[in-house]
Amino acid sequence: MKAYVLRRLLWTPILVLIVTFITFTLGRFGPGDPVEVIMGQYNDPETAARIASEYHFDKPLLVQYGIYLSGVVNGDFGESYKYKNRDVMDLIKNRIPVSAKLGAAALMISLMLGIPIGLYAAYRQGTYKDSLAISLTLLGQSVPIFLTAPVLLLVFALKIPIFPTHGLEGFFDLGIVLPALVMGVPGTAIIARLTRAATLEVLSQDFVRTAHAKGLPPRYIATLHVFRNAMIPIVTTLGFALAGLISGSFIVEAFFGIPGIGLLAVESFFSRDYPVIMALVIIGTTAFALTNLLIDLLYPIIDPRIRIQGRNNA
Amino acid sequence: MPKQVIPFDSDMRSGFLSSSLKRLASHKAGMACIILICLLYGSGIFAPVVTPYEYNDQNLMNAKQTPSFSHPFGTDRLGRDILTRIIYGLRTTVIITVTSLIGGSLLLGITFGLVAGYYGKWIDGVIMRVGEITSSFPDIFLVLLIVSTLKPRLMSFLWENEKWIDVESLVRTGVIDYMVISVALAIFSWFGMARLVRGQVLQIRESQYVDAAIAIGSSTPRILFMHILPNTLAPIIVSVSTSLAGIAGTEIVLSWIGIGIQPPTPSLGVMIFENGNISVLRTNPHMILFPVGIVGVLLFTFNLMGDAVVDAFNPRTR
Repeated sequence: MKAYVLRRLLWTPILVLIVTFITFTLGRFGPGDPVEVIMGQYNDPETAARIASEYHFDKPLLVQYGIYLSGVVNGDFGESYKYKNRDVMDLIKNRIPVSAKLGAAALMISLMLGIPIGLYAAYRQGTYKDSLAISLTLLGQSVPIFLTAPVLLLVFALKIPIFPTHGLEGFFDLGIVLPALVMGVPGTAIIARLTRAATLEVLSQDFVRTAHAKGLPPRYIATLHVFRNAMIPIVTTLGFALAGLISGSFIVEAFFGIPGIGLLAVESFFSRDYPVIMALVIIGTTAFALTNLLIDLLYPIIDPRIRIQGRNNA
Repeated sequence: MPKQVIPFDSDMRSGFLSSSLKRLASHKAGMACIILICLLYGSGIFAPVVTPYEYNDQNLMNAKQTPSFSHPFGTDRLGRDILTRIIYGLRTTVIITVTSLIGGSLLLGITFGLVAGYYGKWIDGVIMRVGEITSSFPDIFLVLLIVSTLKPRLMSFLWENEKWIDVESLVRTGVIDYMVISVALAIFSWFGMARLVRGQVLQIRESQYVDAAIAIGSSTPRILFMHILPNTLAPIIVSVSTSLAGIAGTEIVLSWIGIGIQPPTPSLGVMIFENGNISVLRTNPHMILFPVGIVGVLLFTFNLMGDAVVDAFNPRTR
């Protein structure tokens, strides 16, 4: 167990390092000569040389990477190509909390809809209600955000003006309702199926039968015995939910005009603003890796039955 | 001692694979989905035959027409027939899903999975670590990064060799977009399959028939592809059928962001991007509702089919 924890703790920073290196090489050299990208149409050798030395393009790749990395550690991702003289970090800093709030609200909706539906379906396994509930969540997952976002805006912001059409002030702002719904409903399907499968697994176990046999009230068994154990697999998927929320935020923030990370990413890809793209990829990947590390380390604490093999195949 | 009566069961006569396929064939919703997908894919593949118009036929006199007999889904802001453009967009979806499935999951994923599982040791370590790196990017970021950096490189390479390659007509056919996106999706999707196949191989390689094959001197590729691979087929089919919706959806999102398929090549993502705003929805809802509706039907049938295949291949999980 200790060996496993140690290995995970060592591997995650290496993983992040490799990812930053890949991102750096792709972002700086993928689109072509970075000097030309910065210079634009002004093309003379003198300026080219000046830019090359100013941005360290004349040094070997590994040295450039070292310089970039030491900046990144201090929160300095360089300057944006699109907004001249603006630090990438400046652009990103204020947007992270916005996206985080939206993501948290969307995740809450996924969980609050998904878990009850999954439980409902599991307790009616094999009946038409079971397949109906699961098909409904599947429908919610399949209707593209491209449709739900404009339709909800049209109905609930323009025809019946309950919610604002764009912008987001804070977590308790009315503006969060529609985007969080649009983002959260597709995730419901995954949560509901997982809950259903996990509940069925627990329901078939001996300790549940024992609980019934000794005459415990069903409600008591459902909450204390079944629910608590069924929730364990849900926790592990929350890390992957993060990845889903990131790709969801791309579309939702663009539709609802929410100044978050997703909108910035879409804009940066449109305008080929590579320093911003690199920064977003690095931050996103690091967050993803750390979340998964945290969940992996918490897993044996949440579920004491789990003993991860230490020696052979962790 | 009385003779034991063995009840007739189709599972006992045929192998696991064929009995699973039989179960799938008797799954009504699943078969309906497969037929619908065949219809959508078929119309995409035979797009030039089944469509009454060209996807680029502009007719500004007939712009923004609502559905009518001659234009069942109406026309867009340039007077192009929306049904025709949707069918050509489906062709893009067909090309992308098939090429990235064959390239990523089937070719890379299965080969690396077989090799990693069979040889073990450092080869296994290297393949698994590389896979972990590719899967440590939050899904869409890796695809975006590859597409946005690979394409400019490829284009500048093509322009440098303009003498030998007819770049403009190549771009016009959309082959380059297809290639770049398929490569990106393949790099993004191979690892899931590789991990699955590796797990299967780890079990199978200890079995007696593999020992027997080694004993009679079969070559390693023969053991891998003739003996081990057929026995991992069931999980492979399940995995492919559940991953289709994700691949199709990612292409649409990429084209919507503007770094996937480029106009004039038709794509459902591009159509949604062009018409995906409130003013279109207010004035000409058919221009957005039909493309989005087809995307919804496509993803829903993919998901439902995935469920049916899982049910048919793992009867215990029902």
